[in-house]
Amino acid sequence: MLGWELPPHNSGGLGVACYHMAKALALKGAEIDFVVPYSAEHPNIDFMKIHSATKLSPLERYGLGAYDSKHLLKHLDGEDASDLKDMRGVQQRYVRFVERLVEDNVPDVIHAHDWLTMEAGMRAKELTDAPLIVHVHATEFDRAGGADGNPLVHDIEYNGLMMADRIIAVSNITKNIIISKYGIPADKIEVVHNAIDLDSFDGDYEYDRRTYNYLEALKSEGYTIVSTVTRFTVQKGLDQLVRAFAKATEKYDKLALLLAGDGEQRNELIELAASFGIADKVFFTGFVRGKQLRDAYSVSDVFVMSSVSEPFGLTALEAAHHGNALIISKTSGVGEVLHSIFRYDFWDINRLADQLVGIATSSALQSSLKDNIKQEYSRFSWNDVAERCLSTYRAARERVYA
Amino acid sequence: MSKKGVVLYLHVHQPLRVRNYTVFDVATNHDYFDESSYDTDRNNEKVMRKVADKSYRPMNSLLERLLAENPEFRLSLSITGTFIEQAEKWAPDVLESFQRLVKTGRVEIVAETYYHSLAFFYSRDEFERQVRAHQDKIREVFGVETKVFRNTELAYNDELGKWADDFGFKGILAEGWDPILGWRSPNFLYRPVNTKNIGLLLKNYRLSDDLAFRFGNRAWKEWPLTSEKYNEWVKAASYDGDLINLFMDYETFGEHQWEDTGIFDFFGAWVNEWLKDENHTFYTVSEAVASNEPAGEISMPNTVTWADTERDLTAWLGNAMQHEALGHLYAMEDHILRTGDVDLIADWRRLQTSDHVYYMCTKWFTDGDVHAYFSPYESPYDAFLYFINAVRDLRYRLHEDHHSGGLNV
Repeated sequence: MLGWELPPHNSGGLGVACYHMAKALALKGAEIDFVVPYSAEHPNIDFMKIHSATKLSPLERYGLGAYDSKHLLKHLDGEDASDLKDMRGVQQRYVRFVERLVEDNVPDVIHAHDWLTMEAGMRAKELTDAPLIVHVHATEFDRAGGADGNPLVHDIEYNGLMMADRIIAVSNITKNIIISKYGIPADKIEVVHNAIDLDSFDGDYEYDRRTYNYLEALKSEGYTIVSTVTRFTVQKGLDQLVRAFAKATEKYDKLALLLAGDGEQRNELIELAASFGIADKVFFTGFVRGKQLRDAYSVSDVFVMSSVSEPFGLTALEAAHHGNALIISKTSGVGEVLHSIFRYDFWDINRLADQLVGIATSSALQSSLKDNIKQEYSRFSWNDVAERCLSTYRAARERVYA
Repeated sequence: MSKKGVVLYLHVHQPLRVRNYTVFDVATNHDYFDESSYDTDRNNEKVMRKVADKSYRPMNSLLERLLAENPEFRLSLSITGTFIEQAEKWAPDVLESFQRLVKTGRVEIVAETYYHSLAFFYSRDEFERQVRAHQDKIREVFGVETKVFRNTELAYNDELGKWADDFGFKGILAEGWDPILGWRSPNFLYRPVNTKNIGLLLKNYRLSDDLAFRFGNRAWKEWPLTSEKYNEWVKAASYDGDLINLFMDYETFGEHQWEDTGIFDFFGAWVNEWLKDENHTFYTVSEAVASNEPAGEISMPNTVTWADTERDLTAWLGNAMQHEALGHLYAMEDHILRTGDVDLIADWRRLQTSDHVYYMCTKWFTDGDVHAYFSPYESPYDAFLYFINAVRDLRYRLHEDHHSGGLNV
């Protein structure tokens, strides 16, 4: 299995999904060699063999250029330092590592996650004739927020999707992008929605009201807390979220918006809130993880996933698990498998505002949404995802070796 | 010995669906039922025109033909006030065809609440007003008096039976539900407990649902259902009783079961098949009550409906949103009526139509049976949102135009 990250060294949902998927597959008897592009300890992973393609630290895996700092390079020898200075260099090294790995360790199936590992996947297929499964968690169209994105990345994705024996997409939205933007026939693609691992959430977590003390004070005065947790990039539709929130406050004043995360749009969003005169109602936390992240979910009543393009959207399920009502844009994949939610077109500010006011002003509506969603997501399991992967493997092997 | 009779009763109804009425419309626009887009089933005109073509026109012409050809053929209809209002506007020829049916003297109109509401469970006074309003409308449109009552969704309990007796109805309709009947058959007339002069007709749900729900289902082991086969089943049922009560939605014909299932041809053929035997006939609901003695007394202390496998009201009053929606609506009764504002009162009553809360039902979602959610809304939560916004606007109108009530919903 070819991946780019695993917890605790992940920057987003990809690592979480790979971790749970691999674990569920291992429980079903799969022997997995998992390749990551960095060297680090993975203390909780004993169910598969992790291979490090480079000596880079997890922070350096997207290339060293971004950090532009000599001290990061100290532990690398001269050749590494020049090869690995950017993402392409890291990817090329990753490909060479995989070439060597499959030489004396021929896999039954190659499972590659997203464009970052697709070149390595194609190379491994060429060398071994093993079937290639490409698992699409996001495409360049998603990352570019509807624009075309980087043509080089697009080319790699196109080649990977063409060469794949089977493709797994995390939602119908993603499947449709693969069909319409990459011209791949529909019957080559299976949709396997991600799941949420509830065990990893329970444990000894206890909500600490002091983390967001001011928001708690507002709640005790009858405020409803609206939140989202995301990267502040154009694909996430936050501009429309802030506009809709402003519109909602015209009709009902006791609303606060918690924007957890960080990204290039942060300053723009701060200015936008100020321009509507609601800066006092919009809260920016910066990047949060661990306990602070979970407390952000816990303090919130309504979680909005406002994405212009979101292949799946695991944060929505996490928020629901912490007692939020969900409002999800129609261009977010997770909305395909949920029913006890509000949906809206990401550009439809009036509709979102109406939904926000409705939830804030009706306790019956709010509690129905919060309670009913729990019965839905608890039915999704990584075990089912692993089952679907295994049957995809079998189908691909039958085709290749027939 | 009197003849074995089929009591065919069809329920004709269309609600006035609430448009996507947002919080930005509240206190600005009061047009809750005027969906502007023609592409959605929230558009009442569109639905009326569609169902008129698929169901009301072809079925009424079939019924007219059957009445002309068979002197023994009879049936009963309940037609809601919200249907009549919409037919007057968008399908006057359909209303005229119902008038021609009633003029034959062999089509009886059954009484109910004008607004197809659940008022019986919230306000007895408002309930009676709606029953009387329906009687007035039926008199005006059809020139007949109603004698037999059916409540919305056939929701029945002992109290309702007693009420209908006291009100002067000769008969009342309910579900023939096994847990109530036990060893008894629905194919007889019964007397509701604690009543003197009223007869209780119980739906034979197996034979009714064979048509209403199963007829076009290719996965059903009896598919395709022929008129001969169905007639054998009806005859078999008639051996243990005198009345076969076939109660269903009128829209079964052409809308729930499309024309291409063969439902119209089947039905015409079956009516003739049944009447081939001279000991067979059809009764209207009043005739069925008048020509039979009650076989016994029936008690239903808890409300029984004709809906779902549970036969209860959980599809209408099963969750907190539904209770809140109707709770707020009925709490306004005194204030609304005191205004004497005809438009305001009519809008308040139109919001009482049971379909509105039915669209808020979440039980299929939580059961995982999503496909059972039939609604012009994207979700039960959207249905609630638009409805509660309309309730807010009613409050605003009370407050602004009549200086009455409070604004706080």
